[in-house]
Amino acid sequence: MLEIKNLHVKLEEEEKQILKGVDLTVEAGKVHAIMGPNGSGKSTLSYVLSGRDGYEVTEGSATLEGEDLLEMEPEERAAAGIFLAFQYPVEIPGVGNMTFLRTAVNAQRKARGEDELSAADFLKEVRAKAKSLKIDADMLKRPVNVGFSGGEKKRNEILQMAMLEPKMCILDETDSGLDVDAMKLVAEGVNALRDEGRGFLVITHYQRLLDHIKPDVVHIMADGRIVKTGGPELALEVENNGYADILAEVN
Amino acid sequence: MALPEVKQTATEARLATLTMPDAGCTRAAREDALARVLEMGLPGRRDEYWKYTRPDTLISAEQPHAALFHSDEPLLFGNLDRLKIVFIDGVFSAEESDDLELEGVNIDRIEDICCKDIHWAKELYGVLEARGQSPVQRPLAALNTAFAADGVAIHVTGKPAKPISLIYRHASETSDAMLHHIIRVESGAEVTILENGPAASRFNKCIEIDIADGGTLHHVRAQGRDHERCAATHMFTRLGQESVYKSFTLTVNGVLTRNEQVIELTGDDAIAHVAGACVGDGDFHHDDTVFVTHDAVNCESRQVFKKVLRNGATGVFQGKILVKEGAQKTDGYQISQSLLLDDDSQFLAKPELEIYADDVACSHGSTSGAIDDTALFYLRSRGVSVKDATNMLTLAFLAEAVDEIEDEVLSEAIVNRLEGWLSRHI
Repeated sequence: MLEIKNLHVKLEEEEKQILKGVDLTVEAGKVHAIMGPNGSGKSTLSYVLSGRDGYEVTEGSATLEGEDLLEMEPEERAAAGIFLAFQYPVEIPGVGNMTFLRTAVNAQRKARGEDELSAADFLKEVRAKAKSLKIDADMLKRPVNVGFSGGEKKRNEILQMAMLEPKMCILDETDSGLDVDAMKLVAEGVNALRDEGRGFLVITHYQRLLDHIKPDVVHIMADGRIVKTGGPELALEVENNGYADILAEVN
Repeated sequence: MALPEVKQTATEARLATLTMPDAGCTRAAREDALARVLEMGLPGRRDEYWKYTRPDTLISAEQPHAALFHSDEPLLFGNLDRLKIVFIDGVFSAEESDDLELEGVNIDRIEDICCKDIHWAKELYGVLEARGQSPVQRPLAALNTAFAADGVAIHVTGKPAKPISLIYRHASETSDAMLHHIIRVESGAEVTILENGPAASRFNKCIEIDIADGGTLHHVRAQGRDHERCAATHMFTRLGQESVYKSFTLTVNGVLTRNEQVIELTGDDAIAHVAGACVGDGDFHHDDTVFVTHDAVNCESRQVFKKVLRNGATGVFQGKILVKEGAQKTDGYQISQSLLLDDDSQFLAKPELEIYADDVACSHGSTSGAIDDTALFYLRSRGVSVKDATNMLTLAFLAEAVDEIEDEVLSEAIVNRLEGWLSRHI
């Protein structure tokens, strides 16, 4: 599904190298988790995959089902099946949440040569999916993320993911700023989307999210590289001993 | 004091091209207005009030020229049930207009008010304009009072069932039009006034609005698409106790537009909201000049102006709130913002507060900025194209001003017009 090879990335504006050769393959139907200390390059990886400006790929490749992601505009990547759940979902005053969702869904359908969803079908679908995430009608009407609590913002991300039905979901610290109940709700939303045709890349600092979204593979990232890969037990090791032991072992 | 020679010459040259209409009972008001023009002179580029907008084409003695604009876009407010009053190049067209009969309102042409002995009209024509000449001079409005050849007097005594729609058609590439309307809203009466159309190659328009205690006037205006036209408009509004005035203006295109709003809150608990949204591309200059005077207790005023500018377009905002002595509990708000879609465009703002009462809340803010990159990326990451995402964010920027329109049908018509412009220009 997602194949990243020897990916080197630096900031466009400065000579700072952030990713220094990332190799990673996420298979369809699998959940991969990336853990790592602050500044290891986890969020940068998610931005580079989704096409945010400000980064320069100096070496390596990233493909989704064989298609070169790095050549695509962000909206083309979205239509190809990439979805990034933001660590800090953006507030957009003046744009209604529902209008935004419908525009996004139909833009992707159009890009894929499919018919647009009718207003009635869209409404039916969004209401059903919102309900399971405990998103009420009022939240759908309000401007995108404006005045939403931390939990509401993250649930709104998962709602978008559910509506857009991407092939490859990247969750950037989706657990940050959430209390236990909110985290469970978000995890349930994610688990409901687990499917043999869909891959997940879950970026997190902490093991606790992985109690609720069970990963198949766990990677440890440090200083711009994946330094260790293992099963779910690797997350527990981090939780118990911190990163220091693993990093010492690798170095 | 004698006028500077340049101003004197320019004023005389312009006046030489104009003839005062032979309009019986407004004659005295017109003569007074002409005297004001002679005393003030027409605006010149050295005038402080015209620092950001060059008045040259608005006062020039030369015949203006502006190409007509042809579009397949349906006319604004086209599907709306309304009473249509049509002016072609500044001349009333009985043929194109509806019958001017509507319950709750009396409508007459300015030239007819004399023979009908309509006292309120005689007492209003030129009066609010004259009051509005201080503390800042507005010579183009005085020129209009003196020479406007047409216009209507609207007397609102009830709550007419549909809006009164003033439609300004532009038919001649060299038209130079002046219109002067007067509106009196009686106590407890309520009306919606619509204005749209490019009007003329050069358009000078003045409206005097007197709202009695408890009266309400809604005003929604869309200024025309003929790109080469220029316009100077004035609205002078006096509000009585517990009266309401809400005005919104959309401007798309136009090489030069100067819209002045002069508002006087003279009765307690009155409310005045003025808002504007404009979108300009290239050779576009748009100036909103607003002067709100609070002269009563517990009144509320709001000014919300948003401008989207690109390819070297210029936006100007001069907005003032004057709170007179004794106008306690005043609530004054003013915001002017521009969205600059490139580095070539500019926004010039002069927000002013002048307060002589000690128990008031007044705020003002003015900003200029570009499209928010983070928001743009967020939308694109969900599959929305750059163009659509930019349009969404641009409309969102304008929303605060458009939201000032209370009537949903009208605000939808305005949003449609904006979407049309964005799809053609971005």
